[in-house]
Amino acid sequence: MSVFIKKDKCIGCKKCVEVCPGNLFVVRGKKAEIRDERDCWGCTACVKECPQNAISYYLAADLGGGGSLLYATEDETSINWVLQSPEGKETTVTVNKNQSNEY
Amino acid sequence: MQTAEFTADILVIGGGAAGCFAAITLAEKYSNLSAILVDKANIKRSGCLAAGVNALNAYIVKGETPINYALYAENDAAGIARGDLLLSMSEKLNSVTAKAEKLGLVIQKNPDGSYAARGKRNIKINGENIKPLLAAGVHQAKNIQVLNHVNIVDYIKDNGKIIGAWGIDIVREEIVFITAKAVICATGGAAGLYRPNHTGFSRHKIWYSPFNTGAGYAMGLRAGAEMTSFEMRFIALRCKDTIAPTGTLAQGIGATQINVFGEEYQAAYGNTTSERVFAVVSENLAGRGPCYLKTTGITKEEEESLEKAYLNMAPAQTMRWLETGLTPSKSNVEVEGSEPYIVGGHTASGYWVDINRKTTLEGLFAAGDVAGGCPQKYVTGAFAEGEIAAKSAASFALYQTSVNLPEDVKKSVVKQIENFMENKNSENSLYDENSLEEAMQSAMDEYAGGIKTYYRYNETGLREAKAHIERIEKLSENLRAHDFYELMKIFELKERLLLCQVLIAHLQARKETRWHCFAENLDYPEKKAEFDKYINSVLENGKPKIILRPLISVKDAGGERV
Ligand SMILES: Cc1cc2nc3c(=O)[nH]c(=O)nc-3n(C[C@H](O)[C@H](O)[C@H](O)COP(=O)(O)OP(=O)(O)OC[C@H]3O[C@@H](n4cnc5c(N)ncnc54)[C@H](O)[C@@H]3O)c2cc1C
Ligand code: SF4
Ligand code: SF4
Repeated sequence: MSVFIKKDKCIGCKKCVEVCPGNLFVVRGKKAEIRDERDCWGCTACVKECPQNAISYYLAADLGGGGSLLYATEDETSINWVLQSPEGKETTVTVNKNQSNEY
Repeated sequence: MQTAEFTADILVIGGGAAGCFAAITLAEKYSNLSAILVDKANIKRSGCLAAGVNALNAYIVKGETPINYALYAENDAAGIARGDLLLSMSEKLNSVTAKAEKLGLVIQKNPDGSYAARGKRNIKINGENIKPLLAAGVHQAKNIQVLNHVNIVDYIKDNGKIIGAWGIDIVREEIVFITAKAVICATGGAAGLYRPNHTGFSRHKIWYSPFNTGAGYAMGLRAGAEMTSFEMRFIALRCKDTIAPTGTLAQGIGATQINVFGEEYQAAYGNTTSERVFAVVSENLAGRGPCYLKTTGITKEEEESLEKAYLNMAPAQTMRWLETGLTPSKSNVEVEGSEPYIVGGHTASGYWVDINRKTTLEGLFAAGDVAGGCPQKYVTGAFAEGEIAAKSAASFALYQTSVNLPEDVKKSVVKQIENFMENKNSENSLYDENSLEEAMQSAMDEYAGGIKTYYRYNETGLREAKAHIERIEKLSENLRAHDFYELMKIFELKERLLLCQVLIAHLQARKETRWHCFAENLDYPEKKAEFDKYINSVLENGKPKIILRPLISVKDAGGERV
């Protein structure tokens, strides 16, 4: 389980440093880095927090991953989760924040 | 070495479900008292609730009563639960839920305005933002100061009374001393004692928060507090690999468990929490695995709702479905057991407290997963205990004079930290915190009932485990850190090594098998009436001393079945 940081998108705002429950980020030379990829819990707090969509989440190979990336954009009423396949195909799932889980 | 000092009437350690709720209670009811809420991360997304939660697992739905809830929890724990604590928690479940709704939590409603139930004890919510909502509630309060990124290491004790705590600020790289008239511990349970399902790259893809390393238990033990029921470990039955919750499938859409032959097997094993794990283990051992939750055949609509529900709490599961195309309507969801944890919100491990959530130490209160005797509390039970502890701590603080940081404590802490930061020379040290953590987890896995032995152990094995933990503890004395993050990792390892020691002593003391998997002793495979007792412990001269205490049932505490 881990996150992938697109360095070209990162602006060094440190929001990921602030929010990770494991204190796993450091910003060096205005770019975010994860201290140790193995230590990520996969909570996606950083993915949702990053204003640049620079952080994506991926399933590690030992968890059955197939190389896709997942990022999220958020507005007042919803979270849009975008899954990018290795071939570049995008699938979006929109979750309404004001709607309870059906189950 | 930089230091910083803070003081307040009340100190709350850990800003998760219980700690945030305690702070919110202090803001509402005791605005004349000042409080500090300190967390190792940022309370916006710290602790168990970081990704969100799937439902409120503890709620008194229509037709049920708090007494029934307490009796259910007591039965699930085979009697090893405190009736008085269960009742006082259960009575508050619905009022704290109403408060959470006021904070902004989205809860599904029936046409008549009541909350929509999921099974007998759960209600349906959108729990993705539960942590940011709690944090916002705390930040609104004028009398609460929040200290984020400060990892608390130990209590400060004076004349037998807890008068604060000290820790390390990971971001500012300074030592932080906090004094207070009363202290509430709410640091959650302990993960990372046992080798997880995935050991390499995904070593932190576990159920419980890997960042809750049992600091509160360890600090309490070192300060002389009494602990209860560590031997009642919790093992989570979860979706394979993603370790995502199964309740949404089992209670939500009514998925049953089937083995590789498609047979439903649960009824043959019973239906308590530990029996559900045992069922899967047994089916696998009998060659009838893998085991699955039967989801095939659900409608497209149901499937889409499930995909959204999992994004709100365990995004890995939805990702796996979408990425592989093996969505739940097409493919059953495999289940597996996690490694064991110590977590007082699910089982009964933790501080031995009275009905006011006061610990055995003067000035110290406990709430949430760190507090023992009160299983099945989940998020709402943690809220309830946070509220109770806040009221008790406030009443206590009102009658205390102000406290001062003893100079000698400060000096010895600074010296200790300087020592850890000195002479880090990786060429000269054979071991680091990562390799020692791995050694600890494999010793526990092999000899103290981890995944490898299907959670079973025997007396010889426990002795082996003890010897390994003692050896690793010695090695850990030579660890040194480059920076405060590494320093935190060393403290986390040290607290877990202490917990392993105490856990082994508890497992040795319960010479019976009361719960399959949670504490399955192969030398004593039966349940015995002589162990209708709480197994408690205190640390004496650095070694665990076991104390047996008589049970206080729900009935003893005044609860009859209604
Ligand atoms: C993955 C997962 C899913 C869950 N889903 C549900 C659900 O759907 N429904 C439900 O009812 N319950 C659920 N639970 C249970 C519920 O989350 C817990 O019972 C509840 O969060 C316990 O509250 P707590 O305050 O004791 O612990 P936490 O909420 O974990 O808070 C502990 C806090 O202490 C801090 N801390 C730890 N050590 C230190 C230290 N040394 N110094 C300073 N701070 C420290 C942590 O950063 C954290 O913020 C779930 C639990 C998990 C792990
Ligand atoms: S939050 Fe995003 S943009 Fe900001 S530092 Fe982190 S990765 Fe970079
Ligand atoms: S997913 Fe969670 S644990 Fe992993 S880096 Fe992001 S915030 Fe930290």
